Amino acid sequence: MQPIDITDIQRRLDALVGQELYIHMEMTMGAYSAHHDTTKHPAANFISNAKIRFTHGSISGVGPYRVGLKLEKGWVYTEGLTHYDGGEEERLIMAGHDSSGKLVVSLLLGREPF
Amino acid sequence: MHKRILVVLPHPDDECFGLSGTLAKSIAEGATVTYACLTLGQMGRNMGGEPYASRVTLPSVRKVELEKSCQAIGIQDLRLLGFHDKTIEFEDRTLLDGKIEEIVQEVRPDVIYTFYPGYAVHADHDATGEAVVRVVGRMPREDRPPVRCMAFSRDHEKDIGQPDVKVDVSGYLKQKIASVLSHRTQFQVPGLDAENSHKSKEVQERFGTERFWTYKIK
Repeated sequence: MQPIDITDIQRRLDALVGQELYIHMEMTMGAYSAHHDTTKHPAANFISNAKIRFTHGSISGVGPYRVGLKLEKGWVYTEGLTHYDGGEEERLIMAGHDSSGKLVVSLLLGREPF
Repeated sequence: MHKRILVVLPHPDDECFGLSGTLAKSIAEGATVTYACLTLGQMGRNMGGEPYASRVTLPSVRKVELEKSCQAIGIQDLRLLGFHDKTIEFEDRTLLDGKIEEIVQEVRPDVIYTFYPGYAVHADHDATGEAVVRVVGRMPREDRPPVRCMAFSRDHEKDIGQPDVKVDVSGYLKQKIASVLSHRTQFQVPGLDAENSHKSKEVQERFGTERFWTYKIK
């Protein structure tokens, strides 16, 4: 994974417009957050291999970044993205890592299931 | 003492801090260990310090880490059961219990190690322990192997008391530390990667004893 290059992400998003894509999206505070600190409210969610098709997608912010994908009847929204896999040409693999390197959010898009 | 040991845990790395010393010790005494690992820990948050793994590569990276850990401990038989991280409590119980039961029937273990249901913090840990207890509970009483559980939730001793099994693994810290360090994406423990860390007093005190509660199956 490498720090997000906003121009490269936008180019990749544009290339995926209108296609049927598999999406993996998640946000997590970590399974042990409340164990380590009882004031924390543990929460996480993920959706894996749902199918979407977006008509318009863009990345914004100054880092960590936000990505919004406009669907025919709704939206996909993610905030906190910091890294992506630049070596992947077929799939778009993005994640947000905190200062200790732990994953907080992820957003993956691809033509094949993950 | 125990000849055939079955370990049932949900994530690669669940073995390293609480159990690897006991396993290395038992193996040195002649035991055979089968480790059934339910998932590949594919939803883990730790991708290595950099981070060098991703959500997509993590399962294959962690599989290799687990194989290295098993090698460090001396585990002879690793089974990957192919369930998905974070979903054990929601999994079809017939399927889940069936997979575990199959291995229990095949291995005929003298003892099973897993997590203590309800006192193991992560929902996958608790659900794995529950499944093992269900499977063993269905066996005729005289055939049941003891189920030794790891517990580490906050204040667990208030409810379940002191562990009835304490294993001195101070002679097997080299294997234990190697097991921990195998899970490179998951743990960066300061001071542990030094060459002679297993000899340090601090490490001996922190990692030298492993604790288990023998589950009382109704």
